[in-house]
Amino acid sequence: MPKRHRIMLAKAGLDGHDRGVRVVAMGLRDANFEVIYTGRRQTPEHIVNAAIQEDVDAIGLSILSGAHMTLFARILDLLKDKEAEDIMVFGGGIIPPDDAQELKKMGVKHIFGPGTAMDTIVTAINQTMQQREAI
Amino acid sequence: MDKDKLKALYQQWNQGPVNQALGKTPERANCEHTPAGIPNQRLYTPLSLDEAGFDYAKDLGFPGQFPYTRGREPLGYRSNYWLFMQYAGCGDADEANKRYRYLLSQGQAGISVAFDLPTQVGLDSDDPMADGEVGKIGVAVSSLQDLERVFDGIPLNKMRQISLVANAMSSIILAMFIALAEKQGVSVDECTLRIQNDVLKEFISRGAYIFPPEPSIRLTTDVVTYCAENHHAWLPLTLCGYHIREAGANAVQEVAYCLANGLAYMDEVARRGAPMERVLPQLSAFCAVNMNFFEEVAKFRALRRLWARLVRERYGVGPEVNLGLSLVNFTAGSSLTAQQPMNNIVRVAVECLAGVLGGCQSLFPCSMDEAFATPTEAAVKVALRTQQIIANETGIGDTVDPMGGSYYLESLTSEIEERALKMIEEIESLGGSVKAIDQGYFRRNIDEASYQWQKQVDTGERSIVGVNAYQESDEAPMEIFRPPAETQQRQIARLQKLREERDNDQVRQALERVRAVAATEENLIPAMVEAVKAYATMGEICGVLRSVFGEHNEGDI
Repeated sequence: MPKRHRIMLAKAGLDGHDRGVRVVAMGLRDANFEVIYTGRRQTPEHIVNAAIQEDVDAIGLSILSGAHMTLFARILDLLKDKEAEDIMVFGGGIIPPDDAQELKKMGVKHIFGPGTAMDTIVTAINQTMQQREAI
Repeated sequence: MDKDKLKALYQQWNQGPVNQALGKTPERANCEHTPAGIPNQRLYTPLSLDEAGFDYAKDLGFPGQFPYTRGREPLGYRSNYWLFMQYAGCGDADEANKRYRYLLSQGQAGISVAFDLPTQVGLDSDDPMADGEVGKIGVAVSSLQDLERVFDGIPLNKMRQISLVANAMSSIILAMFIALAEKQGVSVDECTLRIQNDVLKEFISRGAYIFPPEPSIRLTTDVVTYCAENHHAWLPLTLCGYHIREAGANAVQEVAYCLANGLAYMDEVARRGAPMERVLPQLSAFCAVNMNFFEEVAKFRALRRLWARLVRERYGVGPEVNLGLSLVNFTAGSSLTAQQPMNNIVRVAVECLAGVLGGCQSLFPCSMDEAFATPTEAAVKVALRTQQIIANETGIGDTVDPMGGSYYLESLTSEIEERALKMIEEIESLGGSVKAIDQGYFRRNIDEASYQWQKQVDTGERSIVGVNAYQESDEAPMEIFRPPAETQQRQIARLQKLREERDNDQVRQALERVRAVAATEENLIPAMVEAVKAYATMGEICGVLRSVFGEHNEGDI
C-alpha cells in the first residue's frame, strides 16, 4: 500500500473564486490524497505555518485575482526561511503562460490552468511525490 | 387540431419513422438531460404543453404585464436595444479613467465599474493584506479622491447607466457617488446608478464579504431604503445568480438561490416599513448566460415569472406595480477556454444571443482572453462589436419575445420554475437564506453540482471543444494584457499624501458619527456621505464598522 500523501489546498490573498480549488479538493480526495483546505482569505504566513504544523507533503495555491507573482513568491520565501522547502508547491487559476514559466523557475512545481483534467493533476502530483521519495 | 387525433399521429410517428431510425443509429446518451438534469423529450408538441397544464393568459400573458414571462418592457427592443455594457476597470484611477473614455468613445452606453479586491473587501490600498492585489482586477478606490479622478472629464449625467460592482461596501460607494455628483455639479438623478448590493451571494459563492450576514443585510437594506426615499430612478439592488452559477451551481439552483436571497432582503425592507410598491420595480437580477442555449433562454423567462408570482403574493402589491425584474445578463466566464481561445468569440456570440432572447435590459459579453487575464483593449472591442452585430444585423429585436410559444422553450420554462420553487421552499423551511448559509446548505449543493460537471467533462460525457474534444497540441500564444506596473506604489503614495493633507479632526468626528449610527437602526448613508466628503478612507470607515459589527471569517474547512 503506497503512502497516503497529505496536501494543503489554499486560497491566499483576497480572491474569492474557489470553485476550482474545491473541485480539485474533491478530486484529490477521490484519488486517495488526504486534503486540507484552508478556506479563503488566508495570509501566506498562515498557510505556511499551517502546512508545517500539519506536516503536509504539498501546498496547492489557487489564485484567480492576478496577485500570483506576489503570493507564490511570498510562500516560497517563507518555506525557505522555515527550512521547509521539502514541501512541494503547485498551483492553478488564471495565470498567463509567461507568468507560469516564471513561477516554475522560482520553484513552483506545477501550474494547472483552466480546463486541466483531474487525471492530469493527480498524475502530475503522484509523479512528483514518487521522484521526491526516490531521492 | 383535435387533441386525440394529434395523439394518434404522434404515436404513429414514434412507432414508425422513429423506430426505424433508431434501428439504424441509436440516440446519443448525452442528449437525454439538460445540464441542470431536466429530461429532454425527443420532440415537443402542443401535447407537451397540455400535459403541463399550460395556460397562455396565466403563464405567458403579454410583455410588460404580469407574470412578465415575455419580458419586462411592452415594446421589447422595438424602441431601444438593450444596453451594451462592458465590465471594466484596472489599475489606479487615472488608468481606469483612460479605459472608460475609450469605451464611451466606441459607442458604449454606460460604464460598469470594476473595483479591485482590496476596495471590494473594505481595505485601503496600503493595507498589508492588499499587497499584490492593488489595481489588479479593477480600479483601486480608497477614497472619494480616487473616484473624482476616475470620473475626471466624464460627467455622471453623460451616461445612460453607471453600474457598480459594490456589495459588502456598497453603502460607502453609494455615499461616494452622492458626494461625487455634488462635486461635479450634476443632479444625481440625471443618470441611472445601478448598485449590485447583493451581499448574501458573497457568502454563498463570490467571497467578497466583510461583516457577518446579519449586519451585512442591514447595510444592503440601508442602501435600498435610502434610494427608495431619495433617488427613485436608481437601481439599488441587483439579485445575483451569476456568481452562484459560476461557482458551479446549475441553472435551476442559480434561479432558486438568487431569488431566495431576494426574499431575504425584501422581508427586511418590508419589516423596516419601506414602500414596497416603489422598491420592487427598482430591482434587477444579474445572471449568467451559459452555453446550453434553450435552457438559458428558458431560465431567464422562468426567473422573471417566478419572482413576480412570489412577491405579488408575499408583499401584497397591486397589479399596477411592475414586478418584472430588470435583467442584467453576463456571458459565463467559466465557459471560456484557455485552449484555442479564439473559439471564445463564438461562445460569447451564442451566449449573447441567448441573453437577448431571454429578454435582458443590459448585456455584458466576456472577452476572448479572459481565461488568461484581464482582457486587452482589442479583445474588449471584439466583445462590444459582437453585441452590436447581434443588435443591428440579425433582426432579433424586431418583434417582442420571438421565442415565446416554442413547445420546447415553454416546457423548459415551466420545468425550471417548478424545480426552483421547490428549492426556495426548502430554503424557507430551513429558516431562509441566512440560516441556510449558516448550515452550509448552499456550498454543499453547489460543490456537488460543480464536481458532477467536472466529472462529466473528465469522462467526455460533456464535450468542450479544445478541452476534451478536437484538441490541438501546439497553439499559438495569444497576446495577453499586462497590468500597468508601479500602480500599487503610486496609489499608496497618493493615499498617504491625502491622509496628511485632509482635515483629520473633521475625519475623526465623521467616523465617530458613523460608529454611533451603526449601533442604532438608523440609516447609515447620511453619516457615510459626511465621512467620504471629509475624505475618510474606505479602510477607515470599514474599520469603524468592523468594530461595531464584527468580521466574517470562513475558517478552515
